[in-house]
Amino acid sequence: MGLLALFRRTPPSASVAKERLRIIVAQERSARGSPDYMPLLRRELLEVIRKYVNVDPAAVQINVEREDGHEVLEFSVALPDKAR
Amino acid sequence: MTEIIVVTSGKGGVGKTTTSASIACGLARRGKRVAVIDFDIGLRNLDLIMGCERRVVYDFVNVIQGECTLKQALIKDKRIETLFVLAASQTRDKDALTSEGVRRVFDELIADGFDFIICDSPAGIEKGAHLAMYFADRAVVVVNPEVSSVRDSDRILGLLASKTKRAEEGNGGVREHLLLTRYSPRRVSTGEMLSVADVKEILGLDVVGVVPESTDVLSASNAGVPVILNEESDVSRAYEDAVARLMGETVPLRFVDEPKKGFFARIFGA
Repeated sequence: MGLLALFRRTPPSASVAKERLRIIVAQERSARGSPDYMPLLRRELLEVIRKYVNVDPAAVQINVEREDGHEVLEFSVALPDKAR
Repeated sequence: MTEIIVVTSGKGGVGKTTTSASIACGLARRGKRVAVIDFDIGLRNLDLIMGCERRVVYDFVNVIQGECTLKQALIKDKRIETLFVLAASQTRDKDALTSEGVRRVFDELIADGFDFIICDSPAGIEKGAHLAMYFADRAVVVVNPEVSSVRDSDRILGLLASKTKRAEEGNGGVREHLLLTRYSPRRVSTGEMLSVADVKEILGLDVVGVVPESTDVLSASNAGVPVILNEESDVSRAYEDAVARLMGETVPLRFVDEPKKGFFARIFGA
């Protein structure tokens, strides 16, 4: 690294890595305690929805929230601007 | 009181075996009786790193299946009196390792007065990795400062918190420690590599060691001498520090900052 490096703009890739990891780790940790049938449930629900609306798989969020003593299954779908 | 420590990571090639060998040597050099066990059934390698590959007669699976005694299978290290190696078998039968069998071997080592049992886990999250961590009191999670290694080690943390004896019994769980390997202070300073603080923050673990990237690791494995025994190397010093911290000593982190450059070196490059 010499004088030239001062003018060469390299993007700080470590900060990108850190941000990506923070998000994916948080997401995977929240899925960790959830029931085993969740991935299948998610897939089947997605299939049903796609019979009517063409949604992106990434637009489907499914969560299990624990609130004192009971669990709430939360399912949200972001519909596209123009439904088919 | 025997402590069982698993060296694990999820991802392959991050330095589990190198770390197992060096930590085992470091503890044994301090006079502790140590058994280091290769759990990578079918892909034995700890023997090579320890330099005892030609002395393997019986292995872990032989002991479990009652084909020999534990004493016959334990290979006594030629350098350190109190260090013993138990090699993995080369069998392709993954079911050769059973929970009951592993427990029997551990019970015998405990009865024999061993201070530490170091379990060198295979990569992945299959049976071998599961059994390596199941009975552990503590875990050394080996991580490279790189996205896939960090993510995989978080999976392992999830397993440590749920699929271990300590987790099942609910008595405090497994104590987890982070050990970073292949660390390059120079690349961290230029923003190309995740820093110790970054990885610590993402995984939420205490740091037991930071091992710098070095050619000494390859030379050591070439020679079959655990790298901690190469006193000239920073890697050896870093592992020695990690061993001290495992034993409860407070040692400041070394090899995490780039050596300061002089004025001319900064202008003209070095």
